[in-house]
Amino acid sequence: MRTVFKTSYDADINLFRHPQQMGWYLALIMLALALPFLLSVFALGEATNVLIWAIACMGLMILVGQTGQASLGHAAFLAIGCYANVLLQQRLGLPFLLSFPLAGLIAGVAGALIAMPMTKLHGIYLAIGTIAITILTEDFIVIATPLTNGVIGLMAPPIDIFGFEIDRYRTPWLLYYLILAVTLLVVLAYRNLQRSPLGRSFAAIRDSEISAQAMGVNVARTKAVAFGISTGITGLAGALMGHYAGIFNNETFNLIISIQLLLAIVIGGLGSIHGAFFGAAVVAMLPQAIAIGRDVLGRFIGGGSIAIPGMETAIFGLLLILFILFEPMGIYGRWVKIRTYFELFPFYRKDMFRRQKAYLKTERMR
Amino acid sequence: MGVLQLIVSGLANGCVYGLIAMGFVLIYKATEAVNFAQGDFMMLGAFICLGLTNPQFMDLPFWVSVPIAIAIMGAFGYALDLVVLRRMFGQSQIAIVILTIALGFVLRFFAGVMWGHEPISLASPIAGRDVRFGGVVLGLDEVMVIAVTIVLTLLLWLYFNRTKLGVAMQASSQNQLAAYYMGIPVKRVHSLIWALSGMVAAVAGILFASKGSIDPSIGLLGIKAFAAAVIGGFGSLPGALLGGIIVGLIEPFSGRYMPSGYSQIMPYLLLFLILIFRPHGILAQVHAKKV
Repeated sequence: MRTVFKTSYDADINLFRHPQQMGWYLALIMLALALPFLLSVFALGEATNVLIWAIACMGLMILVGQTGQASLGHAAFLAIGCYANVLLQQRLGLPFLLSFPLAGLIAGVAGALIAMPMTKLHGIYLAIGTIAITILTEDFIVIATPLTNGVIGLMAPPIDIFGFEIDRYRTPWLLYYLILAVTLLVVLAYRNLQRSPLGRSFAAIRDSEISAQAMGVNVARTKAVAFGISTGITGLAGALMGHYAGIFNNETFNLIISIQLLLAIVIGGLGSIHGAFFGAAVVAMLPQAIAIGRDVLGRFIGGGSIAIPGMETAIFGLLLILFILFEPMGIYGRWVKIRTYFELFPFYRKDMFRRQKAYLKTERMR
Repeated sequence: MGVLQLIVSGLANGCVYGLIAMGFVLIYKATEAVNFAQGDFMMLGAFICLGLTNPQFMDLPFWVSVPIAIAIMGAFGYALDLVVLRRMFGQSQIAIVILTIALGFVLRFFAGVMWGHEPISLASPIAGRDVRFGGVVLGLDEVMVIAVTIVLTLLLWLYFNRTKLGVAMQASSQNQLAAYYMGIPVKRVHSLIWALSGMVAAVAGILFASKGSIDPSIGLLGIKAFAAAVIGGFGSLPGALLGGIIVGLIEPFSGRYMPSGYSQIMPYLLLFLILIFRPHGILAQVHAKKV
């Protein structure tokens, strides 16, 4: 086991705990940069999709994993980011470099505004309120047809940055690098947020609202800010999703997407950036994995490929049930456990990561 | 279609929403957990009854298959708590929310495999007949839905307030540890309430199936029932019915008097307003947050 010897206060909040850790992450970035040379065009598209989902998952993770507020409304902010980005380009003629951050800003401001009246709510009520946001947004896109083109949908134009045309089909590697750059920036912002006073107050609210209030955290305002940052990042992911998908309409960002986002971060592991990436990888690659598994199975049995509608979501649901029952800390939690086992080799105990159970008390009087 | 018929059909729809909402509220009252799969419970109850009754499946008489379907859903609820949810004891509410959402996916898939994705209608003796009340023609199915719902609400309300087990259920939700000390078998009480909620869902499903055809995706109606439960006040049985009726009435009237596209968002808009201005519903049961 490695013991980090802390010689300054900065050691507690440094980006990397020790130089080797920095080395590992640099190696990971190198691998990510080399991917276009290693993968086929199809696999590169899948990798791009994983990165987009990772950005969206990080956005939701700030709210759920960091601040402890559940949200089933993030599909709405994906939609806001996506529509804002394309409409700013089409209607106002803004270049992508301007419209993209503006889309994130619009989604963030919308999130903070919607959050203000909802910060009083917690737990279940918040989940229900955010469901309402998703459904209302989906219908609102249809009502605002003159702007959003309703059920017919909008086409995302190819991205143009300083004369480089970035298109999913003609220049997939450029799209991959663009999204990788955005992902890295978001990771950096997330890490810095975690180390800042604001991030600390998020964690304080997650662990106990009442203690946070006693320590001088303005709970309502901090929750609204958390909503704003979270929905802003989600809006960026939505804008990228629009460019990746090429065409989108009111049904692209439905309640199922919201649920999938929440499920992804639970499967990945709540409260960590690694968890966001693991969850994104599971959600983005599961459909392909199922399709491949079905083909292999179909060839094995001898018939054509077996097609059962709804199988994808069912497998996803089953996976989730198993995770919640047997590994509530997600893939990243399991990885941490395995790592700790080897670090402490003969001394790992079974209940090391066990959390104290809380017994319920209701707020109702009758 | 006259205003009266609009009211009655709205009431009948609202009663189904109210019954599903009551399933949420029952579980919430006793275990403080929220079952997002309640809509899919209803769907499953409807399909089990359909599978027993319809000629292409088991071909049993309707009045025999109804109690069987209710009993199966009760056993299903009990077993679900015993096998899955009891392990969640002491974990956060959100974990249970996510678990039940996932459960809903699995149930929908199961129903799709068993009974197909095409809409099927239940061979119910109350479907498609009319009743006359002094010149007004009403569907027998709609009148039945309203009557059964009112009786069931009354029974459940009496059960929770007058019987020993009902009070024990409330006690186990208000303070689990204290309930243990008082000798209440909290775990078994939880399983019983899941069974009860499964039975209510089966009734809701059978009534819904009598009003029209069903397919595995009708479980999504649960979201509307959710809005109903919140509007009425989560944790209150009469509130659930009230909320259901409000949602049921808003839909046909806004569909008739407002431009198209607005009628389907009205329930959620109302939900949103209620959450902002009266976060605990019309019949609120929360008075102050205690530390």
